[in-house]
Amino acid sequence: MSRTFLGMPGTVSMMGYSGKEGFPENAAKAVRNSQLRFNLRKATGTIRGRRASVVGELPDWPDLRQAGKAIKDHTLRNLDTYLVQLEEAVTKAGGHVHWARDAAEANRIVTDLVKATGETQVVKVKSMATQEIGLNEALHDEGITAYETDLAELIVQLGDDWPSHILVPAIHRNRSEIREIFVRHMSEWGRPAPEKLTDDPAALAEAARLHLRERFLATKVAISGANFMVAETGTLVVLESEGNGRMCLTLPETLISVVGIEKLLPTWRDLEVFLQLLPRSSTGERMNPYTSMWTGATEGQEFHLVLLDNGRTRVLADDLGRQALRCIRCSACLNVCPVYERSGGHAYGSVYPGPIGAILTPQLRGMESELDRSLPYASSLCGACYEVCPVAIDIPSVLVELRGRSRHPVAERAGMAAAGWVLNRSGRLARAQRMGGRMRRLVPKRLPGPLGGWTDTRDLPDIPKESFRDWWNRTDGGSR
Amino acid sequence: MSARDVILARVRAAVEGVPDVEIPRSYRGAAPASEGLVDLLAERVRHYKAAVHVVEEAGVAELVAASLAERRARRLVVPEGFPEPWLPAQGFERIGDEPRLSASDLDTADGILTTCAVAIAETGTIVLDAGAGQGRRALTLLPDFHLCVVRQDQIVANVPDAVARLDPARPLTWISGPSATSDIELNRVEGVHGPRILEVVIVTPAAT
Repeated sequence: MSRTFLGMPGTVSMMGYSGKEGFPENAAKAVRNSQLRFNLRKATGTIRGRRASVVGELPDWPDLRQAGKAIKDHTLRNLDTYLVQLEEAVTKAGGHVHWARDAAEANRIVTDLVKATGETQVVKVKSMATQEIGLNEALHDEGITAYETDLAELIVQLGDDWPSHILVPAIHRNRSEIREIFVRHMSEWGRPAPEKLTDDPAALAEAARLHLRERFLATKVAISGANFMVAETGTLVVLESEGNGRMCLTLPETLISVVGIEKLLPTWRDLEVFLQLLPRSSTGERMNPYTSMWTGATEGQEFHLVLLDNGRTRVLADDLGRQALRCIRCSACLNVCPVYERSGGHAYGSVYPGPIGAILTPQLRGMESELDRSLPYASSLCGACYEVCPVAIDIPSVLVELRGRSRHPVAERAGMAAAGWVLNRSGRLARAQRMGGRMRRLVPKRLPGPLGGWTDTRDLPDIPKESFRDWWNRTDGGSR
Repeated sequence: MSARDVILARVRAAVEGVPDVEIPRSYRGAAPASEGLVDLLAERVRHYKAAVHVVEEAGVAELVAASLAERRARRLVVPEGFPEPWLPAQGFERIGDEPRLSASDLDTADGILTTCAVAIAETGTIVLDAGAGQGRRALTLLPDFHLCVVRQDQIVANVPDAVARLDPARPLTWISGPSATSDIELNRVEGVHGPRILEVVIVTPAAT
């Protein structure tokens, strides 16, 4: 697997995309895959219904959402103070804290820590931060094998595939495709799939259990991320479903957690808000099966915390864009997005797909590539993402702002300049309208040359014979 | 400059002059104990496909014995501090964690009996804090069957209640139903890496 890293200081894995093709080209390919569209429609439809039902159950959901938003904004405003407080608390509890400016630095820190243990295998809990920095590839280059243990991550790893969803990276795969991947590839990584494996979800879950069991019992180093870090107490929190997280956090002798600096919460009490917002928004459950909380070195374990910047401070400096750092990676915005439901996650060319990815990726990675410039357009601006966001990130407004910042194509710039010139004086507008009215029969359905891109996806409106102002003057407001 | 100093300097430069915000806490906070929490907890835990029993103090040992027989669980891990009166007199082999059991020893046990620190009615959650009768975290992870005994006075109404009662210095495990996954077509399927069978016994005080 080769990954291209672009842009400094923020480097976010491009997941195999060159970045030369934009979102429209990627999406066009994806929507031709009818199996993919079927899988996505089914999965996102299910999860939308579940979320709506458990969110509707809480009478104070809007209050929780406002509190969640404010706690995150307050944390970001005082991030320096809280980071130092966290470092002190973790260190006091026997943990070691490391700081990484970018992906390369984080990868080097983790690789060195693993090498210091003398181990060549690590187990991993699903983590967006380690995907973002391409940690598995960096470890691989140093002779260390990272085994993904989350079911969906396992499906992606075995299938030599790319994640397409924040919460369920294998959402693009249905049960029979998953069965196929297990039967073909489990033996390459360890214990083979059971004979006569069916595509019953319970049987597939059992196959994953058997495949990973020995690995959990034998592996001495684990790598995780975290959903939250509490500055006041130094506590880290991981929410999960399967128990693979508990296996990795509990059994190995050494635990290394790589966490983005924006994952902080100031106080222990703040968890009362986020432990309600996150499970209901993400898997649509009142509570996820397992949540682990630990403070520093626990039960005799060696604990390292790697705090990751990787472009986050650049996003923090942006008055409008910094709200993307409130994100708790619940993925409710993906599940509700009409564009995501049709294009799937791969088209976004980032570990952060969907509406949140469309504002987070270009900010973290910069807007140098065609792909990153096109991401803010991967939206119909319907606003459904804003409505479901548990921390009220105004994604549509940030999308519009980012659209304004990228350099527009020559034809569009020329068109906008011409329109500005005409609309700026009422006399010019009237003359243009009269000319348009006289030539209206000559206007083609598809505009010529580079302007054709605009009419490919839109109908040109019919041009009236006479403008409203001319009609008003001619008939004195309709009285003549 | 160290990476730490660079990052902190970047943060300070980024937020300079940005106004701070007040945190509105108008959501439901910790609620006083109320009627109906036992029933609500039982209903919510059952929703996760875990077995739930409600029993008076005197009947716990008998119920545990019946449950072990039904699950054919013979070799049971019983952590230090688990109340003796709740244990059946016979019919199982008791395994202690002193000295520490290895992961593979734990893996061969049929089940684990524990108490808990707090239970949350609204979300159907039990929380373990490695206290008396619970043991370290791995004990409730490797055996395939976990039976947890909850006293009525440990049940709180909602998440804010639980957070207020818990001690962050202890390792905490929040458990809501048996191990499950939503990774296949986003439907919840029970039984992956953690215990596939969870039984919760809610103990009420003797009726007067």
